[in-house]
Amino acid sequence: MASMFLLVGFGQSWSLSLSILNMCIISAVMSMGINIQWGYAGIFNVGIMGFTALGGLAAVLVSYSPVGEAWRVGGIGMIISLFLLIITIVAVFFLNRVFRNSSYKYWIIGLTIIIGLILINLFFRPAVQAIENVNPAVTGFLGGLGLPIIFSWIVGGLFAAGVAFVIGKITLGLRSDYLAIATLGISEIIITVLKHEDWLSRGVKNVIGLKRPVPYEIDLQKTDWFISLISYLNSSKLGKVSDSLESEKLLNQLVIEGSSIFVKLNYMILFTIVLLFILYLANKAQFSPWGRMMRAIRDNETSANAMGKNIVKRHLQVFVIGSAVVGIAGAMLITQSGLFTPASFLPLRYTFLIWVMVIVGGSGNNVGAILGGFVIWFVWIEAAPVSQYLIEILTAALHDENKFKLHLIDSVPYFRYLIMGSVLLLIMRYRPKGILPEKVRHS
Amino acid sequence: MVDLVNALIVLLNYIFIPALSYGSQLALGALGVSFIYAILRFANFSHGDLMSFGAMMTILFTWVLQSYGISLGFLPTAILALPLAIFATILFCLVTDKFVFRHYRTKKSTPVVLAMISIGVMFVIQAIVRIIIGPDDRQFFDGQKFIMKAKQFKEITGLSEGLAIKSTQVITIFVTIILVSLLFWFLQRTRTGKSMRAFSDNEDLALLSGINPDKVVFITWLIVGALATVAGTLYGLDKSFKPFTYLGLVLPIFASAIVGGIGNPIGAVVGGYVIAFSEIMVTYAYKKFFIYLLPQSLEPSGLVQLLSTDYKFAVSFSILVIVLLIRPSGIFKGRTL
Repeated sequence: MASMFLLVGFGQSWSLSLSILNMCIISAVMSMGINIQWGYAGIFNVGIMGFTALGGLAAVLVSYSPVGEAWRVGGIGMIISLFLLIITIVAVFFLNRVFRNSSYKYWIIGLTIIIGLILINLFFRPAVQAIENVNPAVTGFLGGLGLPIIFSWIVGGLFAAGVAFVIGKITLGLRSDYLAIATLGISEIIITVLKHEDWLSRGVKNVIGLKRPVPYEIDLQKTDWFISLISYLNSSKLGKVSDSLESEKLLNQLVIEGSSIFVKLNYMILFTIVLLFILYLANKAQFSPWGRMMRAIRDNETSANAMGKNIVKRHLQVFVIGSAVVGIAGAMLITQSGLFTPASFLPLRYTFLIWVMVIVGGSGNNVGAILGGFVIWFVWIEAAPVSQYLIEILTAALHDENKFKLHLIDSVPYFRYLIMGSVLLLIMRYRPKGILPEKVRHS
Repeated sequence: MVDLVNALIVLLNYIFIPALSYGSQLALGALGVSFIYAILRFANFSHGDLMSFGAMMTILFTWVLQSYGISLGFLPTAILALPLAIFATILFCLVTDKFVFRHYRTKKSTPVVLAMISIGVMFVIQAIVRIIIGPDDRQFFDGQKFIMKAKQFKEITGLSEGLAIKSTQVITIFVTIILVSLLFWFLQRTRTGKSMRAFSDNEDLALLSGINPDKVVFITWLIVGALATVAGTLYGLDKSFKPFTYLGLVLPIFASAIVGGIGNPIGAVVGGYVIAFSEIMVTYAYKKFFIYLLPQSLEPSGLVQLLSTDYKFAVSFSILVIVLLIRPSGIFKGRTL
């Protein structure tokens, strides 16, 4: 794997190689989260996209500086509607208890929800109007807390865990495929909310320029120690150029290249720390009594139940933990790119690709999940240029204007899907345990 | 009195007829999902894309027919292309079954593994569709667009509100009625249909009584391929064909199947209409309706819309959640044909 990155580094560029590597690390964290759900407990979650987006939302809400004007015009309305929402939810829970055996239960609860929604709308709609009218070209939303973006990695995990708890509560007692459909639905809804609730996330207007946990390239290019570091590293190259003006120019170019590599290296270090930390915890959990219990539940629910294990509760636990890890990865993703574009969360890219990673790497094995994340992300990125190259070779005999050839070249991006689907099917068929199969320690 | 009629026409025009045709498309899709669930016992996530494959086949055959100058007059040429497309889709289904699903059936894999496999199949179908026909929007409707135009209706009845009926809507409803009744006749009256019901009810007993499982699976794919093609084509005719949208149809289709009781064909049909009607009723802006009904002083200032149309997914999802909470097996008890 390392040699692949070196190959890209020498062949294409170091900056590209490092950005692929960073995305690989993020993908590896996501696939570890899914591995916790699928590999440990056999839970089928098809809503990875939604949990990723929640992590991204956390990055925005934590790091963006608050928009004072928006808070002034709409803040009170928002707080009142939030308060009313909480009251409605509490009331529903309370009524559910009180009218446990009443045949009118659902009517009463339904009525409460409708009244609650009408009341909330009275405050919510005007507040939204007011907030979205505050300088819509730049802000038009409430903004965040203005804290360092690193905190969002934790908050993103918490957001995802909270949503996972609610979903799990509803569906985990039921058949296993209902959970899959419910997660598919909730992730679609999360994305729709992020796309259309402008007061919260600016919607399709996107949030750009999130603060970074690492230095900016522009600042680096002006700091003295960085310039001297670059000139020290490249002293032999610089020494060959005798003309001082030429050497200045070369140094300038090297500094610009170096700064982008330096920033990416910083990200890489941060991401690697998170990756190793989660890997440590995940492995620790897997080989603990808890992990053995999860495996027992996965392999034989009935007998685990007979041994007195509460299967629904354990499933809920593992579902929440796995989703939290995905949320952390989502926050990391947005931290790295510095922009939040709700429309870019596509199910193929953020849900099904992660599944391919887990299956290929080896479900039940954390190192396998990481390997899968690296390999599959790499293949995903490099599949397009490689298939273009192959198509050009295969159709070399055809005329340049040939319609068939042009059509094939137009559809190059879709060969990725074909490759991914075939990889998934082939691995499931011929190596169902993945590249690195699950290791079971017997003591 | 006239106002009341006008208000009703508004509802008919903007809610009832669109929901009826959308519901029919969902019902056909949900039937396909239900059949797979009842016989092969897994949630087939690739069904939405199977529909897009079928629709693509229809479009290709329509183009071929059009290039020979064949058309059906006021009806769309796609109807003529439909049998050919159904045949091609069934062939495709049987090939995927032979090379992909059969292995796991003989291994008796768990439903979750099969659902995962269906995701792999989904990837491949998406790639095939996009490589063959491209990701763009395609209109393949030809023939007469409206059976009744809003203006004509106004002239005939003298009402101020128009009622437009698109021919695709009528075709959709008509085809659905024929197809669903054929299907029920097949399941209730024929020997093969009965053997399928027996198989879905209790596999072991069915095998003991000499039912050939391969034949049952073969017939299932025939039905599923046909249903998917028809549903995909009707949806494409009614809106427009865009490969991306079919992935989004998976959620409402599954919601319909589960709401009705997954594995139950009557449930799938009813579920389809329940989901379609609630989606459209909740996201419709009732302003016009109330303007006719209420006196001028009480006229609503806003759109009187419960949810914006962007949240269509939320509606089908909420209904799904409510049904799962209150009656997990669906309106009609699920599991068997």
